[in-house]
Amino acid sequence: MANSAVEMPARLTQARSERTAWQKLKVSPNWLGFWYMVPAMGILILFLAYPLGLGVWLSFTDTKIGRDGVFVGLENYEWLAEDSVFWTSVFNTLLYTTVASAAKFVIGLYLALLLNKHLPFKAMIRALVLIPFIVPTVLSAIAFWWIYDAQFSIISWSLRQLGWIDHNINFLGDVWNARWSTIFANVWRGVPFIAITLLAGLQTVSPSLYEAATLDGATPWQRFRHITYPLLTPIIAVVMTFSVLFTFTDFQLIWALTRGGPVNATHLMATLSYQRAIIAGQLGEGAAISTAMIPFLLAAIGIAWYGLQTRKWQQGGSND
Amino acid sequence: MASVQIADVRKAYGATQVIHGVDIDIDDGEFVILVGPSGCGKSTLLRMIAGLENISGGEIRIGPRVVNDVPPKERDIAMVFQNYALYPHMTVADNMAFSMKLRKAPKAEIDERVGKAAGILGLDKLLDRYPRQLSGGQRQRVAMGRAIVRDPQVFLFDEPLSNLDAKLRVQMRTEIKELHQRLKTTTVYVTHDQIEAMTMADKIVVMHDGIVEQMGAPLELYDRPANLFVAAFIGSPSMNLLKGTITAAGFETEGGVVWPIGAHPADSNGRAAVFGIRPEHIQLDANGLKAEVVVVEPMGSETQVVARCGGQTLTCVFRERITAKPGETITITPDTNVTHLFDAATGKRID
Repeated sequence: MANSAVEMPARLTQARSERTAWQKLKVSPNWLGFWYMVPAMGILILFLAYPLGLGVWLSFTDTKIGRDGVFVGLENYEWLAEDSVFWTSVFNTLLYTTVASAAKFVIGLYLALLLNKHLPFKAMIRALVLIPFIVPTVLSAIAFWWIYDAQFSIISWSLRQLGWIDHNINFLGDVWNARWSTIFANVWRGVPFIAITLLAGLQTVSPSLYEAATLDGATPWQRFRHITYPLLTPIIAVVMTFSVLFTFTDFQLIWALTRGGPVNATHLMATLSYQRAIIAGQLGEGAAISTAMIPFLLAAIGIAWYGLQTRKWQQGGSND
Repeated sequence: MASVQIADVRKAYGATQVIHGVDIDIDDGEFVILVGPSGCGKSTLLRMIAGLENISGGEIRIGPRVVNDVPPKERDIAMVFQNYALYPHMTVADNMAFSMKLRKAPKAEIDERVGKAAGILGLDKLLDRYPRQLSGGQRQRVAMGRAIVRDPQVFLFDEPLSNLDAKLRVQMRTEIKELHQRLKTTTVYVTHDQIEAMTMADKIVVMHDGIVEQMGAPLELYDRPANLFVAAFIGSPSMNLLKGTITAAGFETEGGVVWPIGAHPADSNGRAAVFGIRPEHIQLDANGLKAEVVVVEPMGSETQVVARCGGQTLTCVFRERITAKPGETITITPDTNVTHLFDAATGKRID
């Protein structure tokens, strides 16, 4: 840096007359950052911004597979507004997201607090917790499908052996059973991510803060309430935003387990969109369902952003 | 305020014993400093007084009460941590009020006590700041404020100044001492810095490898160190220690130089011993021992000279300004009123 500050003016004056605007732009320190960003920007525009824009555009047309559509304005949305299956899927998605995210948060936080204690075989237990996260979703979905099977379910079998029930539970065939079963599978899969991230957050809390709080007379609950929880909120905000986004847009698990059945009882907006657009070929209508998810997702991000903004104690003085 | 009695306290982690039976009596209102090199068990002992570590053996009393099984919050003590342990998400005022809020003290009382503590420490204008927005010295003061607000029986300080720069450390040293003179609360203070210990303490406890080497008033330790460890540890620059034998003529070092020494037991002649002389107790004397100057360090008020005498290196501090250059010879003599002799085998003081 020191070198260039001394040399640059000399070189610039010497070469100024011969350089075109483009040549100057190529070496300008202000533009250098931009040039470095170009590859990443290209990828993002090509694979994220363009498909998103195309999806939104499609939702305003009556495109079908194999036939270009024409602009129809809000017609797709008008159809959807009167479509009870769509509203079921909205209800399902909200239920699925709320219940699963809340359960994942509570269980994940509990696991994180547990794993932060001095346990025997700590490293091994931490690795074990990660397993549901490592197994590909479709694989675990198939495993759950087997666990929930109407005839061969291990749960039904066990309960029958214990004599608690006399016939198999219809996990995926009954409307509410299917909803709770898919939520359970989602929680099982999502907990490790939250637990491990919160554990990382917990480990940044200095143990002397707990000691100070103990001497100040705090009970274990008060230490959690006044030290752990507030210091963890930034991480909680980030991890729960991610969790809500992933759960809201979940597709794999539902598609592998129930395909939205029985009678659309477990259709999420993502699975319904896929079914309408790809299977039924109604690209425009499917795109409209997908686009309808955007406001919900923006709201979730907005809440998390607001949560991150309002913590003054993290900002301010730079000296540590 | 209360006295603290530590009786035969031991600490073991599994099979490793780190504190081997320590007895310390701390009077009501006394400022006691535990000092020693790192790993000597001084912080562990402090944490045992606080209740943050279990006591493996022995007994700790605060006032009349044995506190071995009393949880920390009921011991009525306050602690200042090395890294201050301020709650980063609370303002200065909230940090100081936290303990009172936990026991649901009335708001008026909280405000009054926080205001008073802030006044004592000069934190009035910083009450709404977060710890991140404070300098090191200000954080240190908030940590002390948090302790003062509690109005505890005993203050515990765990190396509170070691994260500050040299200048601020000297300033905070004075402030802590002044604070103690004002509040008269019994204080136990841990440090590895013997200057801190010398300047602040009513009583110093020198610890080494989990035992108490010596305990007493600062000048007592300086004037009559009980053993070689304390002799070397207390005082700056540290005492010169020369190996040799006590003879009728004085002390003969391994290099064959005979140093004049003060009064010593008559039966000690011929005994292998260590001769101790503090740098500031060596004087220039035309009839003294010859020493070759190695390094001269002028400090302004005094001159520190590293010299070689009989093959051994000595540090001397002279009040005079020395003109000698490295390689030249000076003649020196010890002040025989303040020489020390230690047994070569046990390291114990020979009187």
